[in-house]
Amino acid sequence: MTANGLLQIGLYFTVLLAMVKPLGLYMAKIYEGNLPAFVRWISPFENLFYRICRVKQEEEMNWTRYAMAMLWFGLLSVLVVYGLQRLQGMLPLNPQKFGPVSPDSSFNTAISFMTNTNWQGYSGESTMSYLTQMMGLAVQNFISAAVGMAVLIALIRGFARNTAETIGNFWVDVMRSIIYILLPLSLILALVLVSQGVIQNFSPYKNIQTVETLNYNNPEMDASGNPIMDASGKPVTEKATTRKQVLPMGPAASQIAIKQLGTNGGGFFNVNSAHPFENPTPFSNFLEMIALLLIPAALCYTFGRMVGDTRQGWAILAAMTLIFVGFLAVAEYSEQSGNPVFATLNVDQTVSNSQAGGNMEGKETRFGIVNSALWATATAAASNGSVNSMHDSFTPLGGLVPLALISLGEVVFGGVGSGLYGMLIYVVFAVFIAGLMIGRTPEYLGKKIESFDVKMASLVILIPPLIILVGTALGVTMDAGKAGVANPGAHGFSEILYAFVSATGNNGSAFAGLSANTPFYNTALGFAMFFGRIWLMIPVLALAGSLAAKKRIPSGVGTMPTHTPLFIWLLIGTVFLVGAMTFIPALALGPVVEHLTMIGVH
Amino acid sequence: MFQELKPAILIFLGFTLITGIIYPFVVTCISQATMPEQADGSLIVRDGKPVGSALIGQNFSNPKYFWGRPSATEPMPYNAAASSGSNLGPTNPALFNAIKARIKALKNADPGNKLPIPVDLVTASGSGLDPEISPAAAAYQIERVAHARNLDPVKVRQLVEQYTQGRQFGILGEPRVNVLKLNLALDSLR
Repeated sequence: MTANGLLQIGLYFTVLLAMVKPLGLYMAKIYEGNLPAFVRWISPFENLFYRICRVKQEEEMNWTRYAMAMLWFGLLSVLVVYGLQRLQGMLPLNPQKFGPVSPDSSFNTAISFMTNTNWQGYSGESTMSYLTQMMGLAVQNFISAAVGMAVLIALIRGFARNTAETIGNFWVDVMRSIIYILLPLSLILALVLVSQGVIQNFSPYKNIQTVETLNYNNPEMDASGNPIMDASGKPVTEKATTRKQVLPMGPAASQIAIKQLGTNGGGFFNVNSAHPFENPTPFSNFLEMIALLLIPAALCYTFGRMVGDTRQGWAILAAMTLIFVGFLAVAEYSEQSGNPVFATLNVDQTVSNSQAGGNMEGKETRFGIVNSALWATATAAASNGSVNSMHDSFTPLGGLVPLALISLGEVVFGGVGSGLYGMLIYVVFAVFIAGLMIGRTPEYLGKKIESFDVKMASLVILIPPLIILVGTALGVTMDAGKAGVANPGAHGFSEILYAFVSATGNNGSAFAGLSANTPFYNTALGFAMFFGRIWLMIPVLALAGSLAAKKRIPSGVGTMPTHTPLFIWLLIGTVFLVGAMTFIPALALGPVVEHLTMIGVH
Repeated sequence: MFQELKPAILIFLGFTLITGIIYPFVVTCISQATMPEQADGSLIVRDGKPVGSALIGQNFSNPKYFWGRPSATEPMPYNAAASSGSNLGPTNPALFNAIKARIKALKNADPGNKLPIPVDLVTASGSGLDPEISPAAAAYQIERVAHARNLDPVKVRQLVEQYTQGRQFGILGEPRVNVLKLNLALDSLR
């Protein structure tokens, strides 16, 4: 690692952590209804909105009603996004005249954006009209993020309240998340991104006459648009020449800002933030990476503040940061070490002042190794899933990092809201384990953790591995699953595993060689995303309801403190223990086998 | 159970209006009014005609031009309407063969060059549209370009240095050379 590399990473952490307290405090005030003076002018609009929508602002909900509101909202989201894709051919703002998206792909994408996953089976610039991107996908970027934040705030209220029957008003929490937090931040970020070169327009695609004439082999298509194959199964091609380049256009910046801030990750273009129109400069890259972890990190402070002890929030943030740094080191080292296979070809992979070196396959020159590995670690730690390099072409251990981080449940920063409520579930587990060791009733923040609470926490921890492992088993045994694999051997297995891990964890990044836009994967991954989101939110809300109803007991001499370094390590240990026991066998079959194969080559 | 359905529908419509229509239009209006060049794709215009975007690479295979990163887009390289990486895994023999073929093409164009080849010149970029190469990859090609154009290599080297961008603010990202801009500058030398 070069001095500049360390400097870039250090700068990233400094800026990120410096923003935790101001933003965290701001969010806590927003959710407590104690609006800071500089945003009070928005409040009349908020109240007007409630009146029009028949929401009684002061009316609190118990957990089942809160969950029901969340489910109705999700159902509507799926229906509208599905409908927009199927009907886009007849709707305005479609200068490229894209036809309807296929039913299975539309189903997959609707679930994907409702669940904050933003798994993309489709390719943006050749499939979706501007209207679908804006009114379908970008709206979900806001809504799904706000729903995640609302569920977290409900859980925090569960800890903070004393013998209460309610956990807040879902509509108010969602509303405030959007108009006071997500929307203003997105507006600022979008404009700064445009200044760096991210496009924002409604023009049709532009035709350019290129400098050089290009000779290429064009695959021949039959009448229905499918490639014609010869006897040996290879596509039939004809020689073609062109001097035309088609530049895609569209309202990209407004969507990219929220896809980063809301840990959504669904790109405007196929290659996401590797695309120069989506992420044109190192500075745009830096801002997009900050936006990626900003709200999840700051919510730790919000949590501490709302439960009345900011040390609790810092302790959780410390545990997250420590895990993150460990994984980051592995990713940076593996990618910078490069691919031993190339070494036999007189290719120079050493880092110097005039090149980034390392494993540059699937990476962009302007980002090099440092920013590609940092992004990959951050996007998998959060449930973002946007990429600025192609994870499929990472070295085996470099690719193991995102795979492992998503497998741990994306509790290291994690998705907006979902990351911290996931981590709080691990906290409940950690105090439960500690309670068993010392033979006392476990408690956290003055709340006794009892049988029902541990059952709900267990559901949250056990459901994802079940979906992932069963899904992967289906994928590797069924012909429809194996047909999508792009790379041979252990790497092909990793592609399928990554798909189910990413979908269930609502991440959305991929080992993108896998051809996932097929009825099998669209359907299977659609269900994985759905259950991986909703089946976790319901137990979390049930836990919130149960905790809120309990008495807050003052801490005594026998209470285990939960803000000390000892507890931080206990929490890290719990995360790794549960994650390791569940996923090491699968990870061993994929990236680990491939790593051993690779270093055995030379 | 249906108690929350009505607010759900109304709020959904409200948010669609605010975040799906008003927000993108506001961003578009401000961007188009204050930063039209960037918002429209940073086009490079020569003699009144756009010849490309400063952000989107083009394919170069003639020895007299600097070559960019290999591109894995289909059906032709640098197809901006269908961005894509190769997605080849690190141990896939197809990756090894692709790199061998790229090395061969570079050697055929420049048989006398025995230097090790900078890795970014033989590996496909993530987007398939990477507009830039490392300064090392540009330096590797200077002799070839100068020879093909009957130019003094010193002059070509000066041009490369002129078009080399350092790290942003001296810290962020990697140093790099914009291939399209450099080649356009080469063409307008005489």
